[in-house]
Amino acid sequence: MALRQAWQKAGKVLNGGALVSPGSTFARALSTSSDPLTLEIPVPFKGHKVDPPSSTVETSAAELVDFFRTMFVMRRMEIAADSLYKSKFIRGFCHLYDGQEAVCVGMEAALNDKDCIITAYRDHCTHLGRGGTVLEVFAELMGRKDGCSLGKGGSMHMYNKKGGFYGGNGIVGAQTPLGAGLAFAQKYLKVDGVTLAMYGDGAANQGQLFEAMNISALWDLPVIYVCENNHYGMGTAEWRSAKSPEYYKRGDYVPGLKVDGMDCLAVKQAVKFAKEYSLKNGPMVLEMDTYRYHGHSMSDPGSTYRTRDEISGVRQERDPIERIRKLLLSHEFASVADLKAIEKEAKKEVEDALAKAKESPSPDAPELFSHIYRKSYGAEAYGADRKESTVKLP
Amino acid sequence: MVRRRFSFGLVSRLSSPIYGRSPCSGGIWTPCLGQKRSFMTAKDLVESEEPEKKVTNRINMFSAINQALHTVLDSDPKSYVFGEDVGFGGVFRCTTALRDKFGRHRVFNTPLCEQAIVGFGIGLASMGNRAIAEIQFADYIFPALDQIVNEAAKYRYRSGNLFNCGGLTVRAPYGAVGHGGHYHSQSPEAFFCHVPGIKVVIPRSPSQAKGLLLASIRDPNPVVFFEPKWLYRLAVEEVPVDDYTLPLSSAEVMRKGSDITLVGWGAQLAIMEEACDEVSKLGISCELIDLRTLIPWDKELVEDSVNKTGRLLVSHEAPVTGGFGAEIAASITNSCFLRLQAPVSRVCGLDTPFPLVFEPFYMPTKNKVSMIQHSKHTNCRISFQSMCG
Repeated sequence: MALRQAWQKAGKVLNGGALVSPGSTFARALSTSSDPLTLEIPVPFKGHKVDPPSSTVETSAAELVDFFRTMFVMRRMEIAADSLYKSKFIRGFCHLYDGQEAVCVGMEAALNDKDCIITAYRDHCTHLGRGGTVLEVFAELMGRKDGCSLGKGGSMHMYNKKGGFYGGNGIVGAQTPLGAGLAFAQKYLKVDGVTLAMYGDGAANQGQLFEAMNISALWDLPVIYVCENNHYGMGTAEWRSAKSPEYYKRGDYVPGLKVDGMDCLAVKQAVKFAKEYSLKNGPMVLEMDTYRYHGHSMSDPGSTYRTRDEISGVRQERDPIERIRKLLLSHEFASVADLKAIEKEAKKEVEDALAKAKESPSPDAPELFSHIYRKSYGAEAYGADRKESTVKLP
Repeated sequence: MVRRRFSFGLVSRLSSPIYGRSPCSGGIWTPCLGQKRSFMTAKDLVESEEPEKKVTNRINMFSAINQALHTVLDSDPKSYVFGEDVGFGGVFRCTTALRDKFGRHRVFNTPLCEQAIVGFGIGLASMGNRAIAEIQFADYIFPALDQIVNEAAKYRYRSGNLFNCGGLTVRAPYGAVGHGGHYHSQSPEAFFCHVPGIKVVIPRSPSQAKGLLLASIRDPNPVVFFEPKWLYRLAVEEVPVDDYTLPLSSAEVMRKGSDITLVGWGAQLAIMEEACDEVSKLGISCELIDLRTLIPWDKELVEDSVNKTGRLLVSHEAPVTGGFGAEIAASITNSCFLRLQAPVSRVCGLDTPFPLVFEPFYMPTKNKVSMIQHSKHTNCRISFQSMCG
């Protein structure tokens, strides 16, 4: 939310400045019009036990520019995380989301702060979408105090209480029953929101997912199971690990929808549809057909189980940011220079956040023992050297 | 086969504990060949395990494990290796080249479903096959805990020895690796040590890993084999090229001493060895024991050693409360009480989730171990112990 407001402010400034792209035959300011605009979604939805929504989506120029900005920040952030990892500022595990930005950005367009999201470990951008800041993400990745989880969680465990983001979970598939629980709470407390329980194509084979689907269907819980199908579970292609790689049908009695996950607008339409459905009828499965450019994690080159041609092919034909860029340029809501200006702002934002995050200190030694329980032991604990770290637990 | 009386009572069973090397006749474990059965001192054990001149190769731990798997698949046509990503060699390369050599019907990938992997392995094993299941990281073994505890461990017992899944071996990399964080560093061995019916085996080095893995796979009981992932590449040793097994439920004395006994397993032994070297400069002579098999553990060897030295220190990476060190401490206190000159000490991981940036504080480092060794020797009680146990 903070991110969106900051960008909208920046947009107003740019608009007032009436940017002229050098060499163009007409001068056109960056459009931030909120006039409704209808667009067709090129890849049709596929429904399972439900009629898919229409492929005509309502949006606006401002929203498209917003999508572009947000996705670009996310992309820069992930690329910066890549180089941070290689320079050993980030240690441990780092699972990057670039390529899949359209999923979380499209989702956020259809959700509000009454909805909850819970996802797996590829959560940097999802956290950002829920109201996190780039500084929080970088600091958390490097294990510093200013991180969203106080530096104690790391890449895989980012949370945001105000934004209703329940993480950030390391164990594959374990977050899906949690999602069912969140949805139950929302229904019981009449919050009028849904929970999006996200998981991947690898996790789709976990038994606990089916247990969660069964109980949410039985009790009509407002939960939407979002399968981010990037076609590879670590290094295993979907057809090698699943008898039925049609993940939107795997809910059986739970209706499902297959969505082009590289198209923000398609995702927005699908989530809007699913939310309306879910609040009335119970769970739904959304399969987002998406792709990740990086490997599974930073220790995976990503090219041993798929060809470089495939990766570059997807990047050329289906990249979410390029799609929005083409839309903006073709509808003349922005010129090439406008978009370059936005990109420059985004890069600067990410770099500033990175510099600030690097200055953030590591958490203090007593943090090792805090938050294990609500009320701790009341004991005295020492580190390896008594003089260096001694703490009295609460 | 000598049959010991199995008693349910509270009578002290110092000489025939259920976790000793003599299994009860109730059919929980099948006695297997090659287990030492007589009263042996630590001295005897070290001498009898003197290796003869063998042809060896200098390889690391994952290569040693790979060789062991090659040997098993070669020698037994009804053996299978399966798990997540084992086909291309596995994330730690332990299963390299197996699929190419033995085919996709014997070495195959499974989907991401630990409970089903182990359950499937139990079924396969109960039909007389050797099922070698790999769990990618020990942190992920918990969905399979039900299958191991409730199915694998009890199969023989509840069927009155009609069926068993002795051919099952579950392999999992465990332990800290420096930057693993919460879910790539755990040591869950204590959960499994609480289950009669399975065996838990942990090697400390490549040659040990090959021999113990071969023994575990051929043991007619289900075995959970934890491999210290820190040592996969780091530990390099001369490993015999032939087919050999090391005895299960038999601990090994790594270095003899007279002042204090240290017991550990896996990667922690390397830390403990460094600590022993350090305190030996102060004149403290340490006896270091590698437990190798955690259940059923070699109680007699440890008892003999403690009866000689009078002091015991147990060290493991898992959190101290409820870790397997607690069992060793309680057991030895019971059997060697009058010989102990100081309370049994445990230098273990702290009672916290495995931390991210705080790993160096959490780990039972060389300094922590040597501090306790020194304090034990001088019998000086400092409050350090209250944290480390």
